[in-house]
Amino acid sequence: MGRALAVIIWILTLGSVSLFFVKKWWFPEAISAHAAALDRQFVLTIIVVGVAFTAAQVGLGYVVWKYRDRGPNDRAVYTHGSNRLEVVWTIVTAVIFIGLAVMGQSVWASLHFNKAPAGAFQVEVVAQQFQWNFHYAGKDGVFGRTDPNLIDDSATNYIGLDETDPNAKDDVTHTVIAIPEGRPIELILRSRDVIHNFWVPQLRFKQDLVPGMNIRVHFTANRPGKYELACAELCGQFHYRMKSFMLVLPAAEHEALMALPQDQFQTRITELLAKYELPVYQQ
Amino acid sequence: MSSETHEAVHRHEAPKSFIRKYIFSLDHKVIGIQYIILALAAVVVGVTMSVLMRLNLSWPGTKWSILGTLFPTGAPGGIMNPDFYLSLVTMHGTIMVFFVLTTAPQGGFGNYFLPIQIGAEDMAFPFLNMMSFWVTFVGFIVILAAIFVEGNTTIATSALGVWLGGGSGSTVGPIGGWTGYAPLSAVGVAAGPGQGAGMNLWIVSIAIFCIGSLLGALNFITTLLNMRTRGMTLMRMPLTCWAWFTTAVLALLSFPVLLGGGILLLLDRTVGTSFFIPGGLVFGSSVLNTHTGGSPILWQHLFWFFGHPEVYIAILPGMGATSHILSTFARKPIFGYRAMVFAIFAIGLLGFFVWGHHMFISGMSPYSAMTFSILTLSIGVPSAVKTFNWLGTLWGARIRFTTPMLFAIGFVSLFVAGGITGLVLGQTSLDLPMHDTYFVPAHFHLVMGVASIFGMFAAIYFWFPKMFGRFMNERLGKFHFWLTFIGVYCIFVPMHTMGMVGMPRRYSQFTEYRFLDSIHPLVIFVSIAAIITALVQLVFYFNLIWSVFKGKKAGENPWEATTLEWTTASPPPHDNFAGVLPVVYRGPYEFAVPGAPNDFVMQTEPDASKAGSEEVGGNGHNGHKH
Repeated sequence: MGRALAVIIWILTLGSVSLFFVKKWWFPEAISAHAAALDRQFVLTIIVVGVAFTAAQVGLGYVVWKYRDRGPNDRAVYTHGSNRLEVVWTIVTAVIFIGLAVMGQSVWASLHFNKAPAGAFQVEVVAQQFQWNFHYAGKDGVFGRTDPNLIDDSATNYIGLDETDPNAKDDVTHTVIAIPEGRPIELILRSRDVIHNFWVPQLRFKQDLVPGMNIRVHFTANRPGKYELACAELCGQFHYRMKSFMLVLPAAEHEALMALPQDQFQTRITELLAKYELPVYQQ
Repeated sequence: MSSETHEAVHRHEAPKSFIRKYIFSLDHKVIGIQYIILALAAVVVGVTMSVLMRLNLSWPGTKWSILGTLFPTGAPGGIMNPDFYLSLVTMHGTIMVFFVLTTAPQGGFGNYFLPIQIGAEDMAFPFLNMMSFWVTFVGFIVILAAIFVEGNTTIATSALGVWLGGGSGSTVGPIGGWTGYAPLSAVGVAAGPGQGAGMNLWIVSIAIFCIGSLLGALNFITTLLNMRTRGMTLMRMPLTCWAWFTTAVLALLSFPVLLGGGILLLLDRTVGTSFFIPGGLVFGSSVLNTHTGGSPILWQHLFWFFGHPEVYIAILPGMGATSHILSTFARKPIFGYRAMVFAIFAIGLLGFFVWGHHMFISGMSPYSAMTFSILTLSIGVPSAVKTFNWLGTLWGARIRFTTPMLFAIGFVSLFVAGGITGLVLGQTSLDLPMHDTYFVPAHFHLVMGVASIFGMFAAIYFWFPKMFGRFMNERLGKFHFWLTFIGVYCIFVPMHTMGMVGMPRRYSQFTEYRFLDSIHPLVIFVSIAAIITALVQLVFYFNLIWSVFKGKKAGENPWEATTLEWTTASPPPHDNFAGVLPVVYRGPYEFAVPGAPNDFVMQTEPDASKAGSEEVGGNGHNGHKH
């Protein structure tokens, strides 16, 4: 029985570990500036996790293999433990775990402890149940005033933009986010109704959009293309299809897009969505 | 505990009437069994829901005609709609966390065995104990009712829904996940299906549950501190008692916060307060002018201040049972008893300072996130100490591979498998890609769900002979173990990879996103594993019921164990020790003592060298003082 259990534990361990190391299913290829450091931290952590997991399971298999009952005349070792071993073990694990925790702050700090760099491209994100809305400041670089009382979905004013505000004259809105390649992006995240979450797997980035708050976050996307944008916080009935796209465009193409007035902007986005393909995912 | 008028022992007679004996019983053993039955019923509901969820995830859009008949609004024509799926998510989580993982380990086994293991005749407050069960039971009825009030037109309770402020249409239950984040859960039917009367009942049920748990926690703490028998010093208690005690302290400190939060949420929903609802929300095209100034994040803080200790409330009793059972069948003292006690305490204490790791990406201060992150990974240290000591206990052992032992070893394996990925999720940076993906359910199902349940399986196979005087069938038990152990690995390990690919939680279908296409074979694999594993549990239920009547007879101490529950009859009499309270002379796990006639020495066996010297020491005392 002990041997069978040991073998099963070892097989399950091997199966579990190989699922991570064959890399058949893995993160989609990253496109953000912070992703390389983040992926390195993940690989380091998963190695520590994998080694600790394997060591514990192999050890567990070993003791159940070796120390089975051998009849009434053969007793177990009589010991209540060893304080020295406990202390050593505690120190070793504390150093490893807390060391990992401290290392795990660096990407976080680079994204969240600083404001967006000067010259970042700003987009206001206004989420609502099952739809993303993106508000671009236009040529003047200043966002027009918004007011929830002006929201009118039937007139496609999803964000409550005040058309009478001079700063709003060149503003455009769309359900697709288009950002320039290689330039810092600052998102100003808001929600009209419930909590949503901005999630693009290739960005290695996620942030809640909380009603009543303006949350500012920043990142840089380095590879042009079309990427799927998902909502990652339960927001109601159609949460599973609160989908949009993120277009990462070469600087010139992006600049040209942002100079367009609302109606041409719409057409151009449709063209760009057709022009760029989704990344080829491993099958 | 008023006076010591009766120095001589006298027996408490068992009540004669059926109702006082089996329904409104004051006997902690009966109440313990009631809790276990409640959990066994609740887990059927919870597992059935998870199977329905897996069916929908793997084969979306398939017609399940029986669903269409039972839930015409949730599955019109037999095709499950997204609201039905999300209410299953909500109810599965709520029922499993509260009515299974919090009831059986603590209310069930803790109630039954804590008083016996410390040598007491009953809990300190038997009436409170009865109350805590029945309050919890009412909570369970209310949560079941929540399934039927949102708009399930064929069922009579829809009238109840109308009376409770109205359902919200097509859904069959509340929608909010087990965490019920505001403002989705706070603004009522404006936020869509699943936010009507069912959500009210969801909150009411949890509030009732909190009260039941609080009553139980008070009782556990008082009993353990005041009613230990002579010689039962704190450091002679079985590790189960330490685990139940710490769990009770966690419950006492965390449930009031959830109770308070629940009441505030209910006020937001019903009388127009704005604790969690900010101003200017827009649903449809209309501004919600009735609320202003609330904070959605406040709910998350209140919820997780409870929610994280709750994880330990679920698993600590399993750790206790595992330690107890490992030592017994290893025929070896527990390795590092004192370190185990400190580790339980450290886990309990640190458990109160890490709730923010559920909220890294919530919009909370990033500096708080960093602090929570480092404290979170610190919890790995006492957890590693426990694992180390379990392996140390098995080192040099003479293991008897009984069914409870297999499940206890399974617990260690699963605790490591589930706990260790906390090192990933606990890091702020790595939470950016991992948060709210399947990596998270993979992690917590293994550690808080499955490992805890394995602890309970070990406990039931181990203590069943004591509770019913009969063994459970070993052959069926082993069959149950093998398939369940392999099954849960097959279900939950692949979910980690789904999370790495980026699969979000709480999606009713994965049909909309191309980046998820490659993972579909794994989704189907997990569903098949889940269905098989769920079916295997029928063997357990059969074994349980069959063994009550037909199991092999068990004596007083069938496992040759050492603690006090094995010094009394199986099942124990109404007052546990037939009027003579045991006296304790030694620690709980004296196996393989050199020179002793047997390989186990009971806690009640006087020390030969010190016989008659009354050197029982410590702060334990005669518990019979009421």
